[in-house]
Amino acid sequence: MRIFERLFPVLALVVPLAGVVWTIDQFGSAGVERVSTEALIRLVFAIGLYIFAGNSGIVSFGHMTFCAIAAYATAWQTCCAMLKPITMSGLPAFIRDNTFPLLPAALTSIGLAGVVAFTSGLILMRLSSLSASISTLALMFILNVIYSNWTTVTMGSSTIVGLPVYVTIWIALGCAALVIVIAYLYQVSRWGLMLRATREDEVAAQASGTSLYWSRLIAFTLSGFVAGLAGVLFAHFMGTVSIANFFLNHTFLIVAMLVIGGMQSLAGAVVGVTFISVVIELFRRAEVGFSVGSMQMSIPAGSQELILAGIMLLILIFRKAGIMGGKELRWPWSVRDDGTVAGVGQVRLARSANCHR
Amino acid sequence: MAYFIQVLIDAVALGSLYALVALAIGLVFGVMKLINFAQADYLTVGAYSLVIPTAAATPSMMFGGLPWALMIFCVVLSVTVLALITERVAFRPLRNTDPTTLLISSFAVSYFLQSLIIMFHGGRPKSVSIGAALTRPIDIFGLRVGGVQFLTMTVALLLLIVLVLFLKRTSIGIQLRAAAEDFSMARLLGVAANRVIAIAFAISGILGGVISLLFVIQTGTLDIRMGIMPTVYAFFATVIGGIGSLPGAVLGGYIVGILSVFLQAYLPEEMRPFRDAGVFTIVILILLVRPQGLIVTSAAKERV
Repeated sequence: MRIFERLFPVLALVVPLAGVVWTIDQFGSAGVERVSTEALIRLVFAIGLYIFAGNSGIVSFGHMTFCAIAAYATAWQTCCAMLKPITMSGLPAFIRDNTFPLLPAALTSIGLAGVVAFTSGLILMRLSSLSASISTLALMFILNVIYSNWTTVTMGSSTIVGLPVYVTIWIALGCAALVIVIAYLYQVSRWGLMLRATREDEVAAQASGTSLYWSRLIAFTLSGFVAGLAGVLFAHFMGTVSIANFFLNHTFLIVAMLVIGGMQSLAGAVVGVTFISVVIELFRRAEVGFSVGSMQMSIPAGSQELILAGIMLLILIFRKAGIMGGKELRWPWSVRDDGTVAGVGQVRLARSANCHR
Repeated sequence: MAYFIQVLIDAVALGSLYALVALAIGLVFGVMKLINFAQADYLTVGAYSLVIPTAAATPSMMFGGLPWALMIFCVVLSVTVLALITERVAFRPLRNTDPTTLLISSFAVSYFLQSLIIMFHGGRPKSVSIGAALTRPIDIFGLRVGGVQFLTMTVALLLLIVLVLFLKRTSIGIQLRAAAEDFSMARLLGVAANRVIAIAFAISGILGGVISLLFVIQTGTLDIRMGIMPTVYAFFATVIGGIGSLPGAVLGGYIVGILSVFLQAYLPEEMRPFRDAGVFTIVILILLVRPQGLIVTSAAKERV
């Protein structure tokens, strides 16, 4: 029973997701299934971002970098055996002339993303939190410039087509569940707790012997791996890879999802992605046009983005901690109240008293 | 040697531009700890206000058709009003929150404005020509300098001097610097919070308007992303200069501008497309040596 209670925050997220996916699989149209699969992949990415940003309190605008690196890496390994020597002639010979099996390709791609996250983290995590936020943006720009000009290897800004498409809704669900578990295990681990302590109060955490640098670097690396997984899923879901997909628009979407759901808890990430995916899909359909009685109506193209930005601003102004308010879903009939929630609240109060300058 | 001097002039011109954007960002950061992403969209909106909102690729002029003095006035005014509106609607309710929340909110404002422009103007780039007479080269002491570079450099240096005089000599300028130094102390000494913040935004709007015109004269195109690159460079300028320091922002602006022009001029031909990546990498390496930036201020670390 205790173990059930401890794992409740994870189960409370995974079980409903699985239920929804089962329903869609049984009764939904192909269109709905596609949209849901995409939402699940976004969830994987959002959780990757959450592992770093949610636990450390430093927003990263650069995680698309790791996504792109993994997506391209898997494309190099698995895509278009015939065309590769012509279109991507600059690849090393053993990659150019061979096609690798899907699973090893996926794993090495995720590994590459993680390694890049670790190496860039070695530098970026030395910076203060605001400078680090800005510098993650630089990381994305560096990658974008390189990949859209490195024509012999990445085909520049053209799209790589013809990747094997194997990501079904169930695979996406499996990966989402896996990363939810990873994120949860991380955040209740020693290193996760230390990082959360630095989020609440850098100075007090340092005074208690927490290394800002290492605790952040570990989270950054782990989130790089997860973002890499999302990249591989994107690539093998769309069947195409294009650098334009891994830039500001997509970053904004995911950051908005996290902020709206509540960036400081895993439940917030899941709720945010679900909620915004539904909202976006509704407005996308409304932009195409719908009929009320005998009238054909549609809202102007582009209002979807306006509304997304509007919701995000309203949430930031009126409910800064997002829909979930930074809380996990807890076992409601718990006998033992260890007071962690109240404790965190007090730290925040004290801190905000300091902040009002 | 002549080539070097021409490159140097280009570098100073671009550096001055980035310094101006960085100063706009630095001022707003100073008074409310907000790193304003929406600065990019102030530039874009300024440029787009030249033409009538249509989806056409070569649209007819709106402000762009006016006599030049009136055109500059209208563009600068509309960007300034926009900057003040964003402050009032989006940033004022968030004034007492932490810098990270403010950063995210400015990201949202930026996305909102960008979508608004796409809605009215369409997402494709447009061509527009103003100040065609300015593009022919000028001879100065035997050096041929592009008219646009010369104009950019003159305007940017002039603005920079005016701004420095304003900040150093006028009462409101001193209040601004005091607020950037220590906001609560400045308030205790009688600086009106709403007024200095509004003025900081107004300045960032004015600079945004002027810079957008300089960019349009230079490139002759309108693009919804046109403000992003200068703004991101300016972010870096403030970060390497030392976040929260106004002289640091200017210094950082010159560093990124000069780096970028020199890499463009002296990198081998096939490496030139990677110029921006090179600049960012060098910037990150500077940060590796000085994580707090070149000029460290009290704003860099939160007081306990």
